[in-house]
Amino acid sequence: MKHTISVLLQNKPGVLSRVTGLFSGRGFNIESLSVAQTLEPDVSCLTLVTSGEDTIIEQITKQLHKLIDVIKVTDMCEHDNVEREMALIRVKAEAHTRAEVLRIIDIFRGKVIDVGPKSYVVEVTGKASKLQAVIDILRPIGIQEIVRSGTIAMTRAQKS
Amino acid sequence: MKLTGAQAFIKCLEEHGVEVIFGYPGGALIDVYDELMKNDKVHHVLTRHEQAAVHAADAYGRVKGEVGVALVTSGPGATNAVTGIASAYMDSIPLVVFTGQVPTKLIGNDAFQEVDIVGITRPITKHNYLVKDAEELVPIIREAFHLAKTGRPGPVLVDLPKDVLATRITYPEVKPITMRTYKPTYEPHPGQVEKACQAMLKAKKPVIYAGGGVILSNSNEELTELARRLDCPVTMTLMGLGGFPGTDPLSMGMLGMHGTYYANMAVANCDLLIAVGARFDDRVTGRVDAFAPHAEIIHIDVDPSSISKNVRVDIPIVADCKHALVAINAWFARSKDFNAKECAEKHRSWHEQIREWKNKHPLGYVEETDIIKPQFVIQKLHELTGGDAIITTEVGQHQMWTAQFYHFNKPRQWATSGGLGVMGYGFPAAIGAQMAAPDKVVIDIAGDGSIQMNIQELATCRQEKLPVKVAILNNGYLGMVRQWQELFYNKQYSSTVMEVAPDFVKVAEAYGAVGLRATKPSEVEPVIREALKINNTVFMDFVIAREEGVYPMVPAGKATTEMLLV
Repeated sequence: MKHTISVLLQNKPGVLSRVTGLFSGRGFNIESLSVAQTLEPDVSCLTLVTSGEDTIIEQITKQLHKLIDVIKVTDMCEHDNVEREMALIRVKAEAHTRAEVLRIIDIFRGKVIDVGPKSYVVEVTGKASKLQAVIDILRPIGIQEIVRSGTIAMTRAQKS
Repeated sequence: MKLTGAQAFIKCLEEHGVEVIFGYPGGALIDVYDELMKNDKVHHVLTRHEQAAVHAADAYGRVKGEVGVALVTSGPGATNAVTGIASAYMDSIPLVVFTGQVPTKLIGNDAFQEVDIVGITRPITKHNYLVKDAEELVPIIREAFHLAKTGRPGPVLVDLPKDVLATRITYPEVKPITMRTYKPTYEPHPGQVEKACQAMLKAKKPVIYAGGGVILSNSNEELTELARRLDCPVTMTLMGLGGFPGTDPLSMGMLGMHGTYYANMAVANCDLLIAVGARFDDRVTGRVDAFAPHAEIIHIDVDPSSISKNVRVDIPIVADCKHALVAINAWFARSKDFNAKECAEKHRSWHEQIREWKNKHPLGYVEETDIIKPQFVIQKLHELTGGDAIITTEVGQHQMWTAQFYHFNKPRQWATSGGLGVMGYGFPAAIGAQMAAPDKVVIDIAGDGSIQMNIQELATCRQEKLPVKVAILNNGYLGMVRQWQELFYNKQYSSTVMEVAPDFVKVAEAYGAVGLRATKPSEVEPVIREALKINNTVFMDFVIAREEGVYPMVPAGKATTEMLLV
């Protein structure tokens, strides 16, 4: 099963290599990874998506905790959370398809962020499944290039 | 008053009570060595190889119960230290290793004798640091010592660029260490202690499985108290030997691949397994699904990631072994449901069963009159040192025979490279042990293969005038691999025959040490007696039965009940 794990880290040189080295050294998977500063400049948040049986996920969280520079580890799957990814897609946009591309992007609430004579660069955010749907629909029109970010995630506000 | 980085470094060692360090100089560290020469509080032992410096520091720490310190130069000095660091990491030994580094301006430049040792040692240290700013030097060293000895201990590396050691700084005041991200759990959860004690109360066939954590946390007395109170048989891992008296009637010796028949049978049939500071290593468990299959498992460990890593645990207790055992003993002391007599009565048939196993397949070997059996040498060493020597070993058959036949009764008299299995550990470790305990008899039990991996340390022994004794069990083979080849590879002794070997007596003499040799069983005792009398380093070359095997043996990947016996 897929797990999104959120890790708060000391923002120090070499910290990312401690995390990725732990994964490669112990044979854990990383499917995607995203890292940037938080509100506190000396703390980074790293979000990674991994998969494995419960025993593996338990080891992953424990081993991450064991790293001295790790402040907090949260398995987002244990919480109600929102997750987002972003994709930049360069799609063919010639005279007869330009309007259709715009319509599709509009339906998925994406944006055109660069316009060329024969292509658009569009920006789409959402869950992984939504990005996949956009890609599947645009593919017959002609996708020239895709760049996707890793997943980022945040827990939802508590209801009560 | 301002100090240079090198002066502050040494002052910081003094602040941490460091009396002995092991090392090897080099260009990047000249500033430090210059200051060391002026200093009379920190004694520097010059080993003849950086690997040996780290092993010596490791064993010094084990024997003294303190943090060992090694100091090596940049580049090859640092890479030579890697094996020592990895060994200490696998065995959770508190150690701080300082490496020289090229000046900060040259880092990343492929400078002369530059390596990214922080990158190289990331997976084999508890933590590591590159000191980029001289103001950070002392705070980082303090953190390094703190990390090395607290929680689950381990090696910490501090990389010291040459310019940092030359920069003048104000020595910072001593402050309590607070680390936002590092707070090991020492106290057990009372609810878990309660659950564990209830399980112990109920058990009819309990076994205590004690590991290196008992030694590291100094909880041998608490463990002994618990075992005796519960009348519970105890088995120990290689790292746990000495955590419970080996000659105690409740001791079943070591378990696992070369453990005793009765220890492995007891674990396979117990209804409660109490794991204390042990990590369910593959050499202990054999095939995991057949390990203690009928048992409820209690696991006490200070490292949460050890729990349920290899074997699913029913009652985990994340705590320092000592704190957990104190809490458990206190629970039994005040429990109204516990009655020692009833408990002993309940375990009676279990003890009978274990005795039956022990009678059926005791630990032993076939004695011979004209050829020296290695086990006989170890028994004699045990006898003639009154079981009181500090023993180190290399890795291989001799190591397992020592674990089986030298019955350790006390903690910190045993240093071996358990997890990593480093040939070449024992001799430098004996140097570290002798520095830590100058009045004790220290013996490295070695094989003829492994002694050659750090034989140059004879010079260190002589320079420090250390009366270290080395017992070489010489069979002219890399015996453990040969044994596997004999059993599982059609006796194809590929590269395990030591076709060329030095005369160990002459090697010892060449360094100004003493060499003795025994080729017949009758010569064993006189040789040991003489060696123990000599106030010098002694090599004892015991020419032993060439193809003697270590038994019992659980073949790799088999269940621990599937033992090959003598």
